[in-house]
Amino acid sequence: MAGHSTFEPQNPVIRWIDSRLPIFGLVHSSFIVFPNPRNLNYWWTFGGILAFMLVAQIVTGVVLVMHYTPHTSLAFNSVEHIMRDVNYGWMIRYLHANGASMFFIAVYVHIFRGLYYGSYKAPREVLWILGMIIYLLMMATGFMGYVLPWGQMSFWGATVITSLFSAIPLVGEPVTTWLWGGFAVDNPTLNRFFSLHYLLPFMIAGVVVLHVWALHVPGSNNPTGVSVKAKQDTLPFHPYFTVKDALGLVLFLMFYMWFVFYLPNYLGHPDNYTPADPLVTPAHIVPEWYYLPFYAILRSIPSKLGGVIAMFGAIGVLFLVPWLDTSKVRSAAYRPLYRQFFWILVLVSIGLGYLGSRPAEGGYVIASRILTLYYFAHFLVILPLLGLFERPKPQPASITEAVLGKGGAPVTAGAPAAPQTKG
Amino acid sequence: MKKLTLAAGLALALSAAVPFAFAQEEGGAAHAEGGGEHATAHYPIRKPEPQDWSFAGIFGKYDIGQLQRGYQVYKEVCANCHSMHLVAFRNLAEEGGPGFTAAQVKALAATYTVQDGPDDNGDMFERPALPSDRFPSPYPNAQAAAASNNGKAPPDLSLMAKGRAVERGFPWFLIDIVTQYQEGGPDYIHALLTGYQDPPEGVTVPPGTHYNPYFLAGAALAMPPPLADGQVTYSDGSPETVDQYARDVSAFLMWTAEPHLEARKRIGFQVLIFLGVFAALLYLTKRKIWSNIAH
Repeated sequence: MAGHSTFEPQNPVIRWIDSRLPIFGLVHSSFIVFPNPRNLNYWWTFGGILAFMLVAQIVTGVVLVMHYTPHTSLAFNSVEHIMRDVNYGWMIRYLHANGASMFFIAVYVHIFRGLYYGSYKAPREVLWILGMIIYLLMMATGFMGYVLPWGQMSFWGATVITSLFSAIPLVGEPVTTWLWGGFAVDNPTLNRFFSLHYLLPFMIAGVVVLHVWALHVPGSNNPTGVSVKAKQDTLPFHPYFTVKDALGLVLFLMFYMWFVFYLPNYLGHPDNYTPADPLVTPAHIVPEWYYLPFYAILRSIPSKLGGVIAMFGAIGVLFLVPWLDTSKVRSAAYRPLYRQFFWILVLVSIGLGYLGSRPAEGGYVIASRILTLYYFAHFLVILPLLGLFERPKPQPASITEAVLGKGGAPVTAGAPAAPQTKG
Repeated sequence: MKKLTLAAGLALALSAAVPFAFAQEEGGAAHAEGGGEHATAHYPIRKPEPQDWSFAGIFGKYDIGQLQRGYQVYKEVCANCHSMHLVAFRNLAEEGGPGFTAAQVKALAATYTVQDGPDDNGDMFERPALPSDRFPSPYPNAQAAAASNNGKAPPDLSLMAKGRAVERGFPWFLIDIVTQYQEGGPDYIHALLTGYQDPPEGVTVPPGTHYNPYFLAGAALAMPPPLADGQVTYSDGSPETVDQYARDVSAFLMWTAEPHLEARKRIGFQVLIFLGVFAALLYLTKRKIWSNIAH
């Protein structure tokens, strides 16, 4: 939005480089003077938190790979070697393993924030879709990462999930064999998962660049959902949002470190401290917590192929949200009915997560079916109909009016241009 | 429209209640018949009692005396059948462990014999163990271990305290986040070792197995009750009871599973203090920067 023409570097070296490759100007326009709506709340700090988590996962992961051995007979013990003998290896591994969960916690907050405030609506559809692609890549990366320690849950989780592909009509069997690199989950599977687990985060980083790019064209949405109309609706990214994002990040880090140092195995499964044994099936095979809602959807459908379609459909439907939501109003703050349905969706998603962790039997299956049905109904029925029947509350004319009330405008004049930086 | 939300809410509340009704029904059935005939019975029959552990909580530390006693129980009882192949003799002298001296560990290792080789003639040979060696296993391989134990090798004990835990269930799994409960493993081992009893009336266990309501995977397990009062002689005057043995060896196995626990909790506290101060400073900075801005 803000062109980098305003960037006048004082340092001659920077000026020399910038006139040939305007990278400093790009950073300046994107992260220093970039105008953000002044009313962003702390739910908007999760974008920065996610960027941090991606880098943290890559850095800890690169160190882990220096000590890890991707072979069925060595992988488990090499992870224990990291835990016992590598200097601070236990810390790196717990950071990485819990970091995956924190990454997903942050992304779920980020996605639900987008759903609440209608951040997927025009002109941010491409931004939303890129985010969904990142989410898909994260799921693939997290799944393959969980396989690498080659514990019981690694092995059986991999077996269950890869077997889903055998549900594809006609070509299911050969496709599954091709994915495994053999006739069962074995060393070739571990090797390719390791390779892809290392590759995908860099693909995520690439899509993140596109995501930020697509964000910086229309700029951030905001809690009112009202578009930025004038300069006083915004504040420069630095120092206002750098400091706000930093505070959000540090508070999030405290939560993250609570798990790393005091509950490092809380989010994992005890069975993964038993080496993989293809001859012994665990009593209950459960995936990592962040897949549980989809796992519940998968198991709620009596047919295997149907379950697979429903599971992927549950993610696929998210891609279509910008067009399923027919309401012109973005923010749920002005949509009294949508706001209620939003919170029901949150509860349903948590409920599906709980059901995904239960054995597939009796009442759990019935409840999974009801919640699965509701999940799809939310997107395919409620969302399109609400836009037609709901009577939205009056929206403020501008962000500034929402913040200051009518007639409060004069106070803000010039304020964004003069941040209080000195005494 | 209000009605619509209400209906949706009702349907969901109903669906949430369904599993609880079913779970109760099945739980009752499993108790009545020991879960024997149920396709997916719910084990363990009884949940472990949470114990007091010195290594629990923010400032948790291992009790050196307890780790030494636990090691003694492991060595004199468990090691007869169970391997512990991830732990090396040298670990016993490392910081945050049972606190043996390097000389003690060297002498201790020398009492074990390990196979090494091949030598320059291509022959395998035996030599006294060194501190860098890992604990030798009681059986030469898994098949031999299985053959001597009713067809199933006794599991390795290195990670037992992290590899076993009974599911906590709602709402405990949420409370545990606040209370930092991570001692499900040692609680389980303690409960299992002290939990052997005669099967209740009407329950028969397969021959060669022993009834234990705390066992995770069934009503009975192949391992006979390993501990008896007075079996291990303690030199520090601690009670020589099954409960004390079980407690000590569970603590020892927590250490073998998590040898860096003390360093982890110590560093964790420093990290949280650092981040707390950092957050406070950032909060003040943020307030100052935003002080003139309505938002």
